[in-house]
Amino acid sequence: MAQAHAQAIDPLPFKDHAQEIRFQNLTRQLRCLVCQNENLADSNADLARDLRHEVFGLMQQGKTDDQIKQYLVDRYSDFVLYDPPVKPSTWLLWFGPALFLLMGAAVVLVTIRRRSRATRIDSRLVDNATIEQGDDW
Amino acid sequence: MSRSLPLIGFLLLVGLFGFGIWWNTQHDPREVPSPLIGKPAPEFSLPLLDDPARMVSKSSMLGKPYLVNVFASWCVACGEEHPVLMAEGRTLGVPLVGYDYKDAPEDAKAWLARHGNPYDIVIADQPGRTAIDFGVYGAPESFLIDARGMIRYKHIGPFTPEVIERELRPLIAQLKQEAP
Repeated sequence: MAQAHAQAIDPLPFKDHAQEIRFQNLTRQLRCLVCQNENLADSNADLARDLRHEVFGLMQQGKTDDQIKQYLVDRYSDFVLYDPPVKPSTWLLWFGPALFLLMGAAVVLVTIRRRSRATRIDSRLVDNATIEQGDDW
Repeated sequence: MSRSLPLIGFLLLVGLFGFGIWWNTQHDPREVPSPLIGKPAPEFSLPLLDDPARMVSKSSMLGKPYLVNVFASWCVACGEEHPVLMAEGRTLGVPLVGYDYKDAPEDAKAWLARHGNPYDIVIADQPGRTAIDFGVYGAPESFLIDARGMIRYKHIGPFTPEVIERELRPLIAQLKQEAP
């Protein structure tokens, strides 16, 4: 459906169907700079159309997907990529959730340890009390 | 301690979200940082708006710093910025190059005739192809380029008198000292 839509607004002379599929996949991974919640494939913005033509032109020149992405990153920064690359400035983004999970796990672990120790002490107190008092009660 | 743990967690979250709100009031989250700052400006060769037979290129502009201001007659925010450029453009001490972006030449000329022309020269990029090399994604945007053709500063959105005083003028003063 999205494919038919993009075709309708922007017919491009693809060599074959495989190339068209590749184009659709690639533009779906790239962000429109003007309407930033849309990808290049779906956006109607003027600049998005220009960039689609740019991507198409680079494909005709035989550039790989990575080269085309790099071409856009060189001009518009990592912002154009929906999948930000893993590097020191994005470590928090990538590993932050795992960090929170570990912190949560640590809290749970500490709580469980503390509770079980408290129970053990309680039961020892109860044992002592039982011994002192005998079985009278 | 363990009883106050949920409260501490809650306060941490309040702090985190509060910081997020504060950060977004200080920064435009839509602003795309330019990877071109500190790098050579892309090669360009664009016709003058008034005389399309004459081309202006990066090499013809080398030797002194200049400010490129991307504008268009269809751009509403450029209308906001325009009076600021009219008032302060001449006092900056560097040539102000108007970059007419994806605009019909007649529209741009009419717009400049109506509102005044703050630019020393105006170059026209009607297809917008060169603008992609500059990482332009809207107008207005401005680039400060030094004597060696390096992009030293980019401002996204309209210039205000405050931004000019705080960011632009000190940098221009620095570039003029560097200039041969």
